[in-house]
Amino acid sequence: MMEQVIMNKLGFPILSTLIFLPIAGAALLLLIPRAKESLAKWVGLLVSIAAFILSIPLFTNFDKSTHLMQFAERHAWIPSWNITYYLGLDGISVLFVLLSTLITILCVLISWNSIKTKVKEFYISILIMEGAMIGVFCSLDFMLFYLFWEAMLIPMYLLIGVWGGPNRIYAAVKFFLYTLVGSVLMLVGIIVLYFYAGRTFDILELMTKTYPYQMQFWLFWAFFAAFAVKVPMFPVHTWLPDAHTEAPTAGSVILAAVLIKMGAYGFLRFSLPLLPEASRAMTPVMLTLSVIAIIYGAVICLAQTDLKRLIAYSSVSHMGFVTLGIFALNLQGMEGGILQMINHGVVTGALFLSVGAIYDRTHTRQIADYGGVASVMPVYATAFMIFTLASIGLPATNGFIGEFLIILGGFTANQWAGVLAATGIIIGAGYMLWLYQRVFFMEVNQKVAGLNDIDAREIITLLPMVLLIFWIGVYPNAFLGFMHESVKHLLERVNSGSVHEMNMAKNIMELIK
Amino acid sequence: MVPLNWYLMLSATVFMIGVFGFLTRKNIIIMFMSVELMLNGVNISLVAFSHYLQDLRGQILVFFIITVAAAEAAIGLAIIIALFRNKSTAHVDEMNEMKG
Amino acid sequence: MNNYLLIPFLPLAAFLINILLGRNFLKEKAHWVSILAVAGSWVVAVMTLVDTMAGKTINQDLYSWIVSGNFKVSVGFLIDQLTVVMLIVVTTCSTLIHIYSVGYMHGDKGYYRFFAYLSLFTFCMLMLVMANNFLQLYFGWEGVGLCSYFLIGYYFDKKSASDAGKKAFIVNRFGDFGFGIGIFMIFLTFGTIYYEPVFAQAGGFANNTVNFLGYDVHLMTLIALLLFCGSVGKSAQMPLHVWLPDAMEGPTPVSALIHAATMVTAGVFLVARCSPIFSLSETALMVVALTGAITSLFAATIGLVQNDIKRIIAYSTISQLGYMFLACGVGAYSAGVFHLYTHAFFKALLFLCAGSVMHAMAGELNLQKMGGLKKYMPVTYLTMLLASLSIAGVPGFAGFFSKDEILWLAYSGPSPVGKLVWAIGTVVAFLTAFYSFRLIFLTFHGKFRGTHEQEHHLHESPKVMTIPLILLCVGAIASGWVGIPHLLGGGAHFTEFMKPVLGHPEGHGTHSEEWMVMAVSVIAGFSGIGLAALFYLVRTDIPVKLAAGLSGVHKLLFNKYYVDEFYSFLIVRPAIWTAKNILIGITDAKIIEAIVNGVPKAIGGFSQVIRKVQTGFLQHYATIMATGILIIIALMLLR
Repeated sequence: MMEQVIMNKLGFPILSTLIFLPIAGAALLLLIPRAKESLAKWVGLLVSIAAFILSIPLFTNFDKSTHLMQFAERHAWIPSWNITYYLGLDGISVLFVLLSTLITILCVLISWNSIKTKVKEFYISILIMEGAMIGVFCSLDFMLFYLFWEAMLIPMYLLIGVWGGPNRIYAAVKFFLYTLVGSVLMLVGIIVLYFYAGRTFDILELMTKTYPYQMQFWLFWAFFAAFAVKVPMFPVHTWLPDAHTEAPTAGSVILAAVLIKMGAYGFLRFSLPLLPEASRAMTPVMLTLSVIAIIYGAVICLAQTDLKRLIAYSSVSHMGFVTLGIFALNLQGMEGGILQMINHGVVTGALFLSVGAIYDRTHTRQIADYGGVASVMPVYATAFMIFTLASIGLPATNGFIGEFLIILGGFTANQWAGVLAATGIIIGAGYMLWLYQRVFFMEVNQKVAGLNDIDAREIITLLPMVLLIFWIGVYPNAFLGFMHESVKHLLERVNSGSVHEMNMAKNIMELIK
Repeated sequence: MVPLNWYLMLSATVFMIGVFGFLTRKNIIIMFMSVELMLNGVNISLVAFSHYLQDLRGQILVFFIITVAAAEAAIGLAIIIALFRNKSTAHVDEMNEMKG
Repeated sequence: MNNYLLIPFLPLAAFLINILLGRNFLKEKAHWVSILAVAGSWVVAVMTLVDTMAGKTINQDLYSWIVSGNFKVSVGFLIDQLTVVMLIVVTTCSTLIHIYSVGYMHGDKGYYRFFAYLSLFTFCMLMLVMANNFLQLYFGWEGVGLCSYFLIGYYFDKKSASDAGKKAFIVNRFGDFGFGIGIFMIFLTFGTIYYEPVFAQAGGFANNTVNFLGYDVHLMTLIALLLFCGSVGKSAQMPLHVWLPDAMEGPTPVSALIHAATMVTAGVFLVARCSPIFSLSETALMVVALTGAITSLFAATIGLVQNDIKRIIAYSTISQLGYMFLACGVGAYSAGVFHLYTHAFFKALLFLCAGSVMHAMAGELNLQKMGGLKKYMPVTYLTMLLASLSIAGVPGFAGFFSKDEILWLAYSGPSPVGKLVWAIGTVVAFLTAFYSFRLIFLTFHGKFRGTHEQEHHLHESPKVMTIPLILLCVGAIASGWVGIPHLLGGGAHFTEFMKPVLGHPEGHGTHSEEWMVMAVSVIAGFSGIGLAALFYLVRTDIPVKLAAGLSGVHKLLFNKYYVDEFYSFLIVRPAIWTAKNILIGITDAKIIEAIVNGVPKAIGGFSQVIRKVQTGFLQHYATIMATGILIIIALMLLR
């Protein structure tokens, strides 16, 4: 099996370090006495910065010329059940690890003054969350994956339930149950695979086997239950607005930027390569659900009166683009989908950070309580404008690259899907600009008069997002380059057999009759 | 020699007295004593079998049970006293905090 | 020589400097950065023009932008005759308007911001015209739309201004929707989105049909019409014209630069640039010609009765843009571009003059409150009069040559709708002359009708504003002289220059016919001016009586045919209503949430029932236990 992966050659086990450094940091936080709780912020910040710095070699040392898993580590863990501690990254997952480490720093920074109770526990939750998130993206063993997948739920549940808004318990329980129901079905699927493939949880090994169609069909829906809830796809999206609205800023940011990416990541990592025939057969269903999510999420945004809820519903719409791209099952769509996952993490994360910054000042999320903020807080208004533009996919921002590739891919796969998805962009411009107008333009609302503009800490928090937006927008090849080989390999696996290519060729011939 | 059945009947009688005492009496001290009776009923049969089968393991178990019963009596009575101090009664019908 | 890169990137640098340093450091000196940058671009653009006239064109990639499988696109530049004309138009107008803005925006609290946006706009517009592929064109296209959004909503604390900005952006998105799909179709057909290979191969697909959303359609017609959707939005043609009049909420220099001279003509540029595709589809050309003709007539009729000085000019812009599309639609692309080029000067001048008037009137826009201004502001009066003569098509002025060429080629060209659009165009020429001079007469002639304070305040604008007016006025008169037709002894140099890109328009007609067409349009123009003079100088009671007599028509025109209301009723309100009442009210709340919250509720209800078993009495539990054991023993014994 070893020849399938490139073992880690960095001199230190980078992935294990990235997973366990934050967890060790959390343990360190436990030792801080309650009287010196302000120290907890600094520990949290330093640990998250250290993790980010350690993750940089992933970006610089990544070998873009291969689809193989890199930086791999493998150790026996529970030999009697053939469970291994097996980590590795490829072009699909590597960027998410970097995104996770970056986002964690920003979450620590944005919570600096807004978390006043149980400070120590807050940073413990965030750090454990970081370790678990990175673990999900690195795991190459199904059991290990499942462990991290479920481990993420607990800190998130606490973040919403302890530090959330007035209706936090309802939101936290809803979030927990929703995702748990899905992942239990996935567990059943994992166990079925385990026995069918001859008692192995090794994902790479599982991918080499073929499974009968009937089995693939049921497994697809079992995985779908777990991943679709996380994405969230229509119609299992209703936990998201509640969770986002009630969560503290850092919780919303992590949720939007990383957590909901895991659903789409799951489709890419498991559903497609393990169950290629079923995935192909289910494409029409998935495309339909994606298009519904795009339009449904966008239209619903038009009627929102709550800032965070609006951004939450816009996530439904944007993640619809991601699943559309993935299930277009062609290179442009899939690369666009992965890039859009990063983009959405950056943009929606940034939007939630921004909303958090102003919520700390006004303590209201109602759009009607704002107005004229641009006159009072010009720097903040500029940053928010950049995020808005990226969200509606203006060229030269990252949103454009992702959406363009996705719709191109979607249009190639199915013209209706592409055309309908494109209407989502029109509505997207509508609700985002309307939001911006109601919050930032027009006469200054008495409730926001006299607010201070964002300070240096908040500027530092938002600046990386602004830079990323333009970096990806102007030179996306720096990021697309990571994906080419892995996505190509994945597509070969999904479209194995020339059936699909023949269909593609036929479509094109029909197109140009 | 007394036949085994006689011992077993004695054991069953003592045990059943314990059971009915436990189910019908309302005073918690008496119920507690009924539990002890049930334990002793079991002990009798264990000793009887041990003698009948010429196997000492049965009697070892009896010692074990007596020890546990002693510990149980100590803790149980302590709990009952704590309860009594709290509720000023030893009547079980007054103690229904676990009602669903 | 990569000098040409300076043309777009100088303004970009100015934008960055202004936006980063403007608020704290540059403040009221912000204009220097922007003006120097755009003037630098102008100089390089002129040098490029000289090169291009020597026959040198450039097609070069700067760096690879997006690569995904077989989809490859770069940031690249194409400089040919068409580009260079656009470069000159954009940089000239932009420079003059930048200078004018120094006076106009003096003392505004967002001074640096204004110049930053102007520079950004210039950058995006230059990227648009210099692109060598469709995606970069799209980049510039959206970029200018964004700047237009910023600048229309420049006075963002006014609700009407921020509404107008938002409306402009969203209406344009409708057009861009088609444009985007057009780009997809181009990629799927040609496998590339670079101009050069696409236009080279287009001929090979002339007779192909394609299945689009279940219908078999002619491939080139489809692509051309999808691209044209973008043009309709950006150039404010029917039915997406509604944003342009509202865009007048922005500062007047913005209206001059973006909503008259440059951005709105991007649609015409797109059609001209894609002429190899459009020429392959007679249907598409017919649609273009008819859209242009109908829009120009429609907008001109609205312009007749409006009272807002800037809105009249805005409707006149829509109408003139219609003219340009009319030209493209009859295959006379070079005539369309020629009109684009002359129009940029006289229309920018009209707007700037209007701005000068507003400056003197302290922001008053209503024509009915002006009058007699010519003695207070002679330079403005004179330049505006000359611009109006130009737009009215008075012989010798720039507008005459371009308009005449369009009408002649419409009349004589091979287009099946040529004669029809020629007739419409001639009527529009008459209407244009009428409303332009209505504006002049109501503003500058007669007695002052405003308040006393306003009259006291009247003054000519400062030099920094009047000098750009005079320079633009030179353009409004002389810019047409490069395209004097052969008939009048000229060389038609403009058409010849454009020939390598836009081909040569076919016109079949005799000299006498050509004289006739010219005469008719000149007569139309003069009679428009004459009628305006009669109505607003001599018998000022006629317009009032006419409006009263035809009150139905007047109301319809005054309310712009109720198109805005129609869209609000048809699209905006239903969308929000659906979101509120159906998606949130029913789907999310009553269906999905009912299931999501219903399952736990059902489980809860069930446990409500069985919790009764837990009485809390120890002896009940013990009894049940004992009974259970007895049953188990009994079962074991009976087995």
